[in-house]
Amino acid sequence: MFLIYCPHCEEHREEEEFHAKGQAHIARPLDPDNCTDEEWAQFLYFRDNPRGLHHELWVHASGCRKFFNITRDTQSYEIKETYKVGEQPGVTAAKSA
Amino acid sequence: MTSSNHVQPNRLQNGGRIDRSQPVTFEYNNKTYPGFVGDTLASAMLANGIDVVGRSFKYSRPRGIIAAGADEPNAVLQLGATEATQVPNVRATQQELFHGLVAKSTNGWPSTDNDLMSYVGKVGGRMMPPGFYYKTFMYPQSLWDTYEGFIRKAAGLGRSPVENDPDIYDQINHHCDVMVVGAGPAGLSAALAAARTGARVILADEQAEFGGMLLHSDELIDGQPAQQWVSRVVGELVGLENVTLLPRSTVNGYHDHNFLTIHERRTDHLGDLAPKGQVRQRMHRVRAAWVVLASGAIERPLVYANNDVPGCMLASAVSTYIKRYAVVPGNQLVLMTTNDQGYQAALDWHDAGRKVVAIVDTRAEPTGACVLEAQRRGIELIKGSAVIEAKGSKRVNGVSVAAINASGERVTGNIRSLFCDTLASAGGWSPAVHLSCHTGSRPEWREDVQAFVPGKTVQKQLTAGAINGSYRLSACLEEGVRQGVLAAANAGFGQQSDDIVEIPSVDGEVEQTAPMALFHVPHTKPTSRAPKQFVDYQTDVTAAGIELATREGFESIEHVKRYTAMGFGTDQGKLGNINGMAIAAKSMNKSIPETGTTIFRPNYTPITFGAIAGRNCGELFDPKRYSAMHRWHVENGAKFEDVGQWKRPWYFPKPGESMQDALNRECLATRESVGILDASTLGKIDIQGKDAREFLGRVYTNAWAKLGVGKCRYGLMCGEDGMVFDDGVTACLAENHFVMTTTTGGAARVLEWLELYHQTEWPELEVYFNTVTDQWSTLTISGPNSRKLLSELTDDIDLSGDNFKFMDWREGTVAGVPARVFRISFTGELSFEVNVQSNYGMQVWEKVFEAGKKYNLTPYGTETMHILRAEKGFIIAGQDTDGSVTPMDLGMGWCVANNKPFSYIGKRGMAREDCVKPNRKQLVGLKTKDPQKVIPEGSQAVADPNQPIPMTMLGHVTSSYYSACLGHSIAMGFVRGGLDKMGESVYYPQADGSVIEAEICSPIFLDPKGERQNV
Repeated sequence: MFLIYCPHCEEHREEEEFHAKGQAHIARPLDPDNCTDEEWAQFLYFRDNPRGLHHELWVHASGCRKFFNITRDTQSYEIKETYKVGEQPGVTAAKSA
Repeated sequence: MTSSNHVQPNRLQNGGRIDRSQPVTFEYNNKTYPGFVGDTLASAMLANGIDVVGRSFKYSRPRGIIAAGADEPNAVLQLGATEATQVPNVRATQQELFHGLVAKSTNGWPSTDNDLMSYVGKVGGRMMPPGFYYKTFMYPQSLWDTYEGFIRKAAGLGRSPVENDPDIYDQINHHCDVMVVGAGPAGLSAALAAARTGARVILADEQAEFGGMLLHSDELIDGQPAQQWVSRVVGELVGLENVTLLPRSTVNGYHDHNFLTIHERRTDHLGDLAPKGQVRQRMHRVRAAWVVLASGAIERPLVYANNDVPGCMLASAVSTYIKRYAVVPGNQLVLMTTNDQGYQAALDWHDAGRKVVAIVDTRAEPTGACVLEAQRRGIELIKGSAVIEAKGSKRVNGVSVAAINASGERVTGNIRSLFCDTLASAGGWSPAVHLSCHTGSRPEWREDVQAFVPGKTVQKQLTAGAINGSYRLSACLEEGVRQGVLAAANAGFGQQSDDIVEIPSVDGEVEQTAPMALFHVPHTKPTSRAPKQFVDYQTDVTAAGIELATREGFESIEHVKRYTAMGFGTDQGKLGNINGMAIAAKSMNKSIPETGTTIFRPNYTPITFGAIAGRNCGELFDPKRYSAMHRWHVENGAKFEDVGQWKRPWYFPKPGESMQDALNRECLATRESVGILDASTLGKIDIQGKDAREFLGRVYTNAWAKLGVGKCRYGLMCGEDGMVFDDGVTACLAENHFVMTTTTGGAARVLEWLELYHQTEWPELEVYFNTVTDQWSTLTISGPNSRKLLSELTDDIDLSGDNFKFMDWREGTVAGVPARVFRISFTGELSFEVNVQSNYGMQVWEKVFEAGKKYNLTPYGTETMHILRAEKGFIIAGQDTDGSVTPMDLGMGWCVANNKPFSYIGKRGMAREDCVKPNRKQLVGLKTKDPQKVIPEGSQAVADPNQPIPMTMLGHVTSSYYSACLGHSIAMGFVRGGLDKMGESVYYPQADGSVIEAEICSPIFLDPKGERQNV
């Protein structure tokens, strides 16, 4: 079970308080009506499944109800950082490679 | 024989850590035996000369106690004096004895001593190769249930109680700086070193007493017997406030981010039931800054022919029974060893006054100090040889010894027979790397100690002692101190230096000479022809079976494991895994590191469901949510149904009424006069902010720009894929203030959905959300007399049709209480939803009933609500939708606004090629040919009921009821292209072979023009 630092509450809390919401930084296309079906399907369904660093969206569901991002190693389950929505990750696969 | 005064034939007159002043009796397989407090069930059974404790899983061979701890594969018993206190899967070696303990063996039918299945084992040994169950019971599939029952009965690894457990279990959360696992020499020194820095330390050990192997050791620490050193250290730890000591506590799981689960058996040693008011077991959930694993090592048995005959034991277990429990588990011992430590069992046996027939050392020229000790006692030493086969069936009665070559691969000499009743084997040690494996760390092979040790760590974890392959006591103590200091320093306590705790000295420690690597004792016959050489006792995996698996092409050790079932028992193969991997490696001409090891997973030892559940059972299993009017519902005989966590009235039967009677009455009363529903459970979300209206327009499919203050509107909510996921009515309270209702079950999900889009996509919108579900009670008053009734309860709301139109809401007082009244309708009748503060709910409800008597005001529940709305063709999100239907599929295109400036959620999704193609499954009404026949919900629609199976399925029924108002059944369901098939027939084949024919029609069965609600 993870121990997660909520960047809004500024505390480590147990995983039970959070919900995982999938891959982070999936921006909704600004002009959906002009997306092709293929582009919309990419936005809807296609997600990375990396072995290693992954940026994930989480929500502090039974805490502050805020969404935030986690950079997590999918092999060791180590959480490298947590950061607010709108911010960019400090730890990336490119940087650590 | 069954008297409690019965002599314990294997009990020594003196010694041991048992309490001879507290004799107790226990029952095993319906016979009573004596023992002492301080015994384990296993030591007491051995003291009484009980040889057979179970039957093996596959071959049903008689099995005896092999080990003295968590590694025991055979003595897995059923405990419990009553049905309610049954506990399966208890290792006799870990169960402390108490007066009145009742235990039974679990394998064996009709009995452990006389087992029918053993004839399969004897006659058909070769009939049950690895993969036997896969190969034999695959076909025909229809017989699997029969096979499974047979296999389970034959396997019989205990049974669950069928009565409720009367004991209390609980859970506790801890945080600590240093968690030390294992209280042997390494763990005790680590805990003491860490504790002296002031760090918060938890020390857990699975045994009743701390000390580990020191409890039966003859060694001296700091010039004193080891047991005195243990007492001194434990004494200091007990006095420290920053230390929590957990004996009888198995660290069962080592999870992510240094989270450990510990299973503490608090009162299992006191009786069949916990003493009144005490907890039986407790699960500790520990979040540790640093962890020191000092979990020790497990001795490996040697693999020789018939090595499972009762009387074959681990050498270290023999020593433990003699020294700690004063039990010598036999009379004449033969010891086979590959190493110096193994000798101790023979020395202890001799010193206990019983006969050591011989020590068989597999090494050609053993030279250790232990050899001199054996010679000093006059014990015969047979060098360069091995016991290649044990004799006997229910007890060892002799062994065959032969010389082997230096690499241990073949027999080189003649066979010599020895008579004995006990054969101890010492094949070296396997570090208990289990917890380290739980973290994802892969163990590494170390050639010098012939064992897997923890590999690269992935957690904040240190290791000390035998888990590292450090078997000398002095090394264990030193590593313990160093790692304890380091762990504390890493957690921010103390200086990382040695002077905080002196490293204890060990006097007269003898050098150990090199062990021999021997994982499979050769036989004169090839492995496949020799008597069975067991590797994993609990799953009956033999050396021949592993070799066969590799010959059949299973090359990965993980595949060999699954094919043979090695390590699949409740002991996870603690004894056999390393031998099995070595045998597989050799069979494939690979090295052990090349072959690798399988990974252990939580839990280390089986854990009771009670401890997992803790207090989360019975009434506390899941929270229950009640509306403010719940007491009234109970008093008025409501039947309840669960909707999420809510308890909602389902229907209100009167005495003598069937459910259908009650539904008919409730429906008719509502349509003819007035009914009332407690709708408080609907999700309610308060939405405020200057951009609230814009936000609604983006999350709902329909238009919100022009909804005026005082008005309500129904909305459909879709996902980005264009599929409906929730619906409800939203009211405009003020220009910047709305209240949204959601389905009862969808409330939390919808709120999270709104927050998700606000926080991640449109943070620039100024809008705020909060749940107000619990703040409001909602009374839905519905029916032609609802206006008259409500007018008696309010004098400040004009209820007239002209001034309070359909889809308006008004603020005022109802029954003297501030209220919001919404004129909306889920029944199709004139209908008012009265919302009052929750704490007024009951009062208003009762006032409404006082006034409603003369109108025959009738309470109705969720089932009548479902029927009434289905008569009107209103959907229920989650019942008539399943995440795969668009608004158009529901025939609700009227609720989709395609001219909104913002591309709302769902718009692009429902415009995808597949979503707009014709002939999708569409929601239609269904009228059965036989008007009394109600189609079961979920029934599949077909065009031709005579088509051979598999038939072409066109859709399914989502809602189906008998409508008393209409006098016939009604249903809604999906039919492919259904909106274009009005009037056509569709068929619903049933499981019983019958077929229900229905005509496709509009889902609006009643009042299609909506005249009833617009009065």
